[in-house]
Amino acid sequence: MLIHVENLSHTYIPGTPLARVALHGVSLKVGPSERVGVVGRTGSGKSTLVQHIAGLLMPTEGRVLIDGVPVHERTTVARAARQRVGLAFQYPEDQIFEQTVFREVAFGPRNLGLNKTEIAERVRWALGMVRLDPAMESRSPFTLSGGEMRRAALASILAMRPEALILDEPTAGLDPRGRRGLLARVRTWQVETGAILILVSHNLDELARIVERVIVLDRGLVVADGPVRQVLSNGALLSAAGLDVPQSVTLLRALHDAGWDVRTDRLLPEEAFEEIVRVDAGHATALRALQSVEAR
Amino acid sequence: MNLLLPGMYMAADSALHRLDPRVKMGTALVLMVLAFAAHSLASYVLLTTFVIVVAILSAAPPMALLRTLRTIFWLGCLMFFFHLFTTPGQPLVAVGQLTITREGLLTGAAQIYRLCLLVIISALLTFTTSPAQLAHGLEVLFKPLAQIGLPVREFAMVLTIALRFAPALLDEIDKISKAQQVRGVDLYSRNPLRQMQSWVPLFVPIFVAAFRRAEDLATAMEARGFRGTQHRTRLHQLRMTRQDLQAALIALAVSLAILGLERSI
Amino acid sequence: MPPFIELRELEYSYPLDGGGQVAALRGIDLTIERGEFIALVGPNGSGKSTLVRHLNGLLLPTKGQVRVEGLLTSNPRNLWAIRQRVGMVFQNPDNQIVASTVEEDVAFGPENAALPPDEIRRRVDEALATVGLVEYRTHPPQMLSGGQRQLLAIAGVLATRPACIVFDEPASMLDPANRRQVLDTIRQLNSEGLTIVLITQAMEEATAARRVLVMHEGRVAMDGPPVQVFEHDAQLRDWGLDLPTAVEIAHHLRERGWQLPQGLLTVEQLARALC
Repeated sequence: MLIHVENLSHTYIPGTPLARVALHGVSLKVGPSERVGVVGRTGSGKSTLVQHIAGLLMPTEGRVLIDGVPVHERTTVARAARQRVGLAFQYPEDQIFEQTVFREVAFGPRNLGLNKTEIAERVRWALGMVRLDPAMESRSPFTLSGGEMRRAALASILAMRPEALILDEPTAGLDPRGRRGLLARVRTWQVETGAILILVSHNLDELARIVERVIVLDRGLVVADGPVRQVLSNGALLSAAGLDVPQSVTLLRALHDAGWDVRTDRLLPEEAFEEIVRVDAGHATALRALQSVEAR
Repeated sequence: MNLLLPGMYMAADSALHRLDPRVKMGTALVLMVLAFAAHSLASYVLLTTFVIVVAILSAAPPMALLRTLRTIFWLGCLMFFFHLFTTPGQPLVAVGQLTITREGLLTGAAQIYRLCLLVIISALLTFTTSPAQLAHGLEVLFKPLAQIGLPVREFAMVLTIALRFAPALLDEIDKISKAQQVRGVDLYSRNPLRQMQSWVPLFVPIFVAAFRRAEDLATAMEARGFRGTQHRTRLHQLRMTRQDLQAALIALAVSLAILGLERSI
Repeated sequence: MPPFIELRELEYSYPLDGGGQVAALRGIDLTIERGEFIALVGPNGSGKSTLVRHLNGLLLPTKGQVRVEGLLTSNPRNLWAIRQRVGMVFQNPDNQIVASTVEEDVAFGPENAALPPDEIRRRVDEALATVGLVEYRTHPPQMLSGGQRQLLAIAGVLATRPACIVFDEPASMLDPANRRQVLDTIRQLNSEGLTIVLITQAMEEATAARRVLVMHEGRVAMDGPPVQVFEHDAQLRDWGLDLPTAVEIAHHLRERGWQLPQGLLTVEQLARALC
């Protein structure tokens, strides 16, 4: 699937004193099986952008194309294109309404017009993807724990087999174990299905573990779009956009400023650790070499 | 995302904004009654002039005021055509089985005019008085009824909280309807059965969210020392000023003038 | 002088819908002194929120006692005094704001205490100045950012002149910039003498505290300064908790034989120690 955002602009309540321009002529392309992170401070336009990609908003200007089909039109072709994109809003468990977990996860497939067998198959598969016990199928989703409800809501979207999945702050409100678990499930799903994954998140440390490309939004404009290491280690850029670099980068930059020959684009704590050890080992080797030269 | 609904409060510092909400509500009520009591041209002119003066004093943008009339467009048309064709009197023109009379034309026009006045008067009230002020005014006006056991203060608090959460509720509805759209719910279906089916996936989550919100809020209120509406004091007190008395007297004078004009005809 | 807040053999269970009981707190003994800055961490379901709701009497013990300045929370007559001493700020910035303008919401607490209007005015102005929201006095809450709404909630609590404020994950629904704003305010309040109890999932936030309580399955499993608590990294990871980045990296380095001083909690401190 190829997603093409063409010169997209969006103004909320135009023509009134409360009008707000959320996106200014944003253009970008997302290709097959890409894993992209979208970051920016609150109000930067992240939610607006991904809602457009899912075809939920009408552009003020510009358009969004999915495999060449403009998604905003009221045609069957456009509707079919929109159905290939899944979107989970923040706190997706808020959308739960069915009486059983099974029916909740089956809701999407039902609306797609699938038959009973196909629906059951999709539900089992989706529940397996998020590691929810099949025994929970007949329970009311409202009796699940917060983390379980989150996974059920995610399953209900996965069951529609989207070719592109957008997740808005998927780990918000979860504890560290819950966060790690959910992201692992999402990653497995993406690798298995080869779908496009778009993650909107404030948590750059988390994002660094999953995506290969990061788009930075600031006040409705794209201010960066590149490989994750390059973008997330660019302190000046992130700071101007109201964001912090990952902690590991802060550490490595401090060392770099003090004269260490460290790479500053190591984003994860374990990478930073390896980098420090590598540079130190380099020093030790150099020191030994120097000493052996001096000894002669 | 905020929706700008017609008739909502516009913060400003006009003469009208500064008046006591009780005076404004009372005057609005009286004016609306007068709109239906007026029959002579002189009364209409006096009433209209007064409303125009009030509109100028309110600093409300004229276009915004006129736009509020959009809400009664169809009702107005319906009323006009109803009176046009059914009022007996001097016939002007025949349209098939129905006749348009001169009286019908005048009555129809008058009814539309009254309707417009009603809408503009209530818009002026809501433009210049915030929902909180309106609730406060109502609370104070009805306070004596609390003596006979009516839950006036409780109702006022319920009203204030409902008003406070109205925008949040709208945002919630927006988010849930989008979330369900993503899952294939067709909110704009022309098929009435499908339309109805799209209600449950909206209603249930919004209800659940509303209850959760209510529970959270109740807990927070308890934590902040709320123990019922008895014995609470208020930051803002409603106080009648000289301007309020003046405004009330002017409104009274206009009302008496119109009633006098009607009597003498 | 008796401790500020004292929990003795505190147990709390509640019934489940299908029958049976959930033991949310299984015997807690804890004292909190004036001026402390305590971070309360633990996985979801460990009892953090349940515990702090005992500090202001929102929940009452099934067994054991909770005393605030010597007053028992189980005595209904004490509740209002206790809630004036111990204020609470909740996770959702929206669901704790009652009024349609900023200053009216800050006034809510003093209004409940039936204070005279000019005293309410004074307290409102004071609280707004402390959190820096004076210019938003007459604004409706929806025009404030998430961070500002939490500051509003804090102002609302400050207006009752409490001795202690409990924060239940106040910043978890905010973006990083707003989060910092709220945490800086919390630190400032503590430096001015307010006792702070902060529930957080972000370990980085816990490093700001001087005492960390780790909860696990309804018990306080660890209690000590951040440095001490973070030494038990294997145990913490086992319980599903993260370590702050600096602590994690320092651990790995020490395991490799590097000599590093104790007490390295932030990456800034670690960088300085390495150079």
